[in-house]
Amino acid sequence: MLRDYVMERRWPDLYREMRRTQEEMNRLFGGLRLAVRAEFPPVNLWAGPDGALVTVEVPGVSPEEIEITVHQDTMTLRGKREPEILEDAVEHRRERMHGAFQRSIVLPFRVDADGVSARFDRGVVTLELPRPAADKPRQVKVARA
Amino acid sequence: MNDYATNGGAGPVATNGEAPSLLPPTDVFETKDAVIMLLDMPGADPDSLNVTLEKRGLMVTALAKSPAPAGYTPVQLEYRDGSYERAFSLPEPVDGDRIEALFKDGVLRLTMPKTGPAQAKKIPVKSG
Repeated sequence: MLRDYVMERRWPDLYREMRRTQEEMNRLFGGLRLAVRAEFPPVNLWAGPDGALVTVEVPGVSPEEIEITVHQDTMTLRGKREPEILEDAVEHRRERMHGAFQRSIVLPFRVDADGVSARFDRGVVTLELPRPAADKPRQVKVARA
Repeated sequence: MNDYATNGGAGPVATNGEAPSLLPPTDVFETKDAVIMLLDMPGADPDSLNVTLEKRGLMVTALAKSPAPAGYTPVQLEYRDGSYERAFSLPEPVDGDRIEALFKDGVLRLTMPKTGPAQAKKIPVKSG
């Protein structure tokens, strides 16, 4: 579920109640009330005058296994997380998501795919997606006639 | 194996204004000699990582704080920074002095050697 922060600010109690209900459903049907999210990996997106900033939580995924593509205003991230296999081990708990994952995020504007930079630190990918110079909002000087 | 944090803990839902308490999703395995745990803690500051063991109670905490990017406004936020916190009751007693903790790519891996004999002890029965 995407977190709707506008809604959360306006009706925090209602929002909390909805989150709680959703978690209750997860618990009933998934046997877990944990931070197992509807969509993996979770994405945060910010917008600024020069571009967008995207951070993605991908713990335990090596940077080589992440593929990021950008097309116009859509960013897609694909990857795979292998399950931990230990020989002769008894499994007590397996909550961490594994397998292939994919997320597509529509950005608030077109970005310059050539100028995108990504870095990976402590399980978080940070992407800087600059706006093409031609698309940037420009201030118009008003001259007196 | 009990997990105290999931039984009535605050859970991952944030209270307004405060740093939310996050439950790291965890895998737990047990081999002949050790209990192995993997905890997803993306963004955690390695210096803030704290693992404490008291008898069979294991507590893991860490802080994940990244400053909001200056000059940007949030559009869509699916996760939050906060403090990771989770308590476990281990299935077997482990040797607290030999716990190995490795934090790599946002995953904390704990290898905890079991104490006592790894094999079940066979007790000879004498016939009288």
